[in-house]
Amino acid sequence: MATSDSTATPDPSPQPQAGGGSPALALAAPSPLHVLYWSVRRELWENRFLYFVPLIVAALILSGFALGGIHPQFTHTSGSPPRTEQMTVTPLDQASLGLMLCYVIIGVIYCLGALYNERSDRSILFWKSLPVSDVTSVIAKAVIPVLILPLIIFAVIVVTQGIMALAASAALFGSHVSGSTLWAGTPLLPMWAATLWHLLAVHGLYYAPFYGWLLLASAWARRAPILWATLPVAGVLIIERLVFHTSAFAHLLLSRLGGGPTGIRFPPPPNMPMASPTLADLGAFLASPGLWIGLVIFALLLAAAVRVRRYQGPI
Amino acid sequence: MSVIEANGLRKAFGTTVALDGIDLRVDEGRILGLIGPNGAGKSTAINAILGLTPHQGQLRVLGSDPWAARDHLMRDVAFIADVAVLPRWLRVSQALDYVAGVHPRFDRAKAESFIGKTTIKRDSRVRELSKGMVTQLHLALVMAIDARLLVLDEPTLGLDILYRKQFYDALLNDYFDHSRTILLTTHQVEEIQNVLTDFMFIHHGRIVLTCSMEDFEARYAEVTVHPERLAAARGLQPLHERQVFGRSTLLFERADRGQLQQFGEVRTPSIADVFVAVIGGPSTASRAGGR
Repeated sequence: MATSDSTATPDPSPQPQAGGGSPALALAAPSPLHVLYWSVRRELWENRFLYFVPLIVAALILSGFALGGIHPQFTHTSGSPPRTEQMTVTPLDQASLGLMLCYVIIGVIYCLGALYNERSDRSILFWKSLPVSDVTSVIAKAVIPVLILPLIIFAVIVVTQGIMALAASAALFGSHVSGSTLWAGTPLLPMWAATLWHLLAVHGLYYAPFYGWLLLASAWARRAPILWATLPVAGVLIIERLVFHTSAFAHLLLSRLGGGPTGIRFPPPPNMPMASPTLADLGAFLASPGLWIGLVIFALLLAAAVRVRRYQGPI
Repeated sequence: MSVIEANGLRKAFGTTVALDGIDLRVDEGRILGLIGPNGAGKSTAINAILGLTPHQGQLRVLGSDPWAARDHLMRDVAFIADVAVLPRWLRVSQALDYVAGVHPRFDRAKAESFIGKTTIKRDSRVRELSKGMVTQLHLALVMAIDARLLVLDEPTLGLDILYRKQFYDALLNDYFDHSRTILLTTHQVEEIQNVLTDFMFIHHGRIVLTCSMEDFEARYAEVTVHPERLAAARGLQPLHERQVFGRSTLLFERADRGQLQQFGEVRTPSIADVFVAVIGGPSTASRAGGR
């Protein structure tokens, strides 16, 4: 028994430890990945808004679509099929963009609270009383905006768009425009592949330095982490403007936020089916210095956050 | 072997010296009470021992430097800080899952059986539990960890007497054995007098008295003296004198009990009385004697 203690793959079952009282078995420490897995789950328990808010936004989008979207656009299809196709892509894109905006907002809120709330509610004393290193704790918190949140948003986008597509097809049923004509120009699967690619590459990895900065502010601040996150940036922008009369830092930030020179089309050209990523896209992305410079900065910011957390106690 | 060993342990916050060169040695199987007024340095000492704060001087806990290796050390050390450090959003079942997931020495079945003895429900969140129940939950988690050192920092602060009593009873009956060591601080000194094997007074960042409970009874004696005999009793140089119902009670250190018996019934004082005598210092004694 207690075998999964030492397995590398995370095991969601909590049973292994049950009754594991013998010293020899108890000495087998859980693997770092296992501890990381539970630390990430802990984050999801604490921050339920990470999935509730996207679900609420999706529900709002769907009700808006049901109330105003389907009937005027799809039942009065006297026009040619290409026009119909344009109309179906647009609401789907709107859903996708709405949820991506939601990602950005909850990502920022999560990061600013991640290393601050545990100090303000004093629970850091409990977390630090367990054999979990500061490195593991900070990585678990960084995994959320970089990997978990894009996957949550992707799942919600797929479900939302799937429901919209089914509803639109149902509304067209019996009309003279057949569903197959309508959806021939709107390939959902490639669109979803492109969405996942965009979420992971841009919102996850390419934005990683932003999350690193917000996490550091969250670890550092004794109050108002949002001020610690924004004021230094504003300070650099203003000083650069006053001293050098340039705005290179502002351009740098904006180009990062806009997806930058990554070889990724962002924002997606309107009214055009999004292209799914090709191997060339993937190669260009992985070869872009911008990605790697960003990841190095991300790692440095996380290392700083680990160090700060080590010294910090309850506030 | 010694579980905690400190030599010249020092910690300053700016110009404020919290720990002023402490030497300390705690052996396996002891229950040591760290007793001192607010701001004496108790919490700083405990934070250093737990690896929560950097320090100067030498400090070894179970053979390793706690600041350098907190996460490894925490496999063998359990810790309850003052109540209400369990996050309010945590469910009881999640607490069990998480500790089972990250702690190699956690016995989940044991924790479940401790919780089974209380009225705590599995799906409750910590915010729904009373203060006493949160402490019961935390104690259940900690007692299910097969730790070698348990550190308790004001564990019963703010609890009513029933929970405080239960807390120490559970600790002694269901947890403590002579391969474990407990270090605790509390303001309610009287309640832990029978729990401790050793105690230590800490004042202004220094240790002013270390005493085992075996020595305590031989070392300190207290006698309530009739006013007529007061002058004679004072001649034996009491450590401290206080007034109880208009009569003087004198506290002696290393006095001959036979000699004291002529003044009245000789008792062993409480730690709290000795604390007042030692920390309060001679000025308090003379003031009390003068009234």
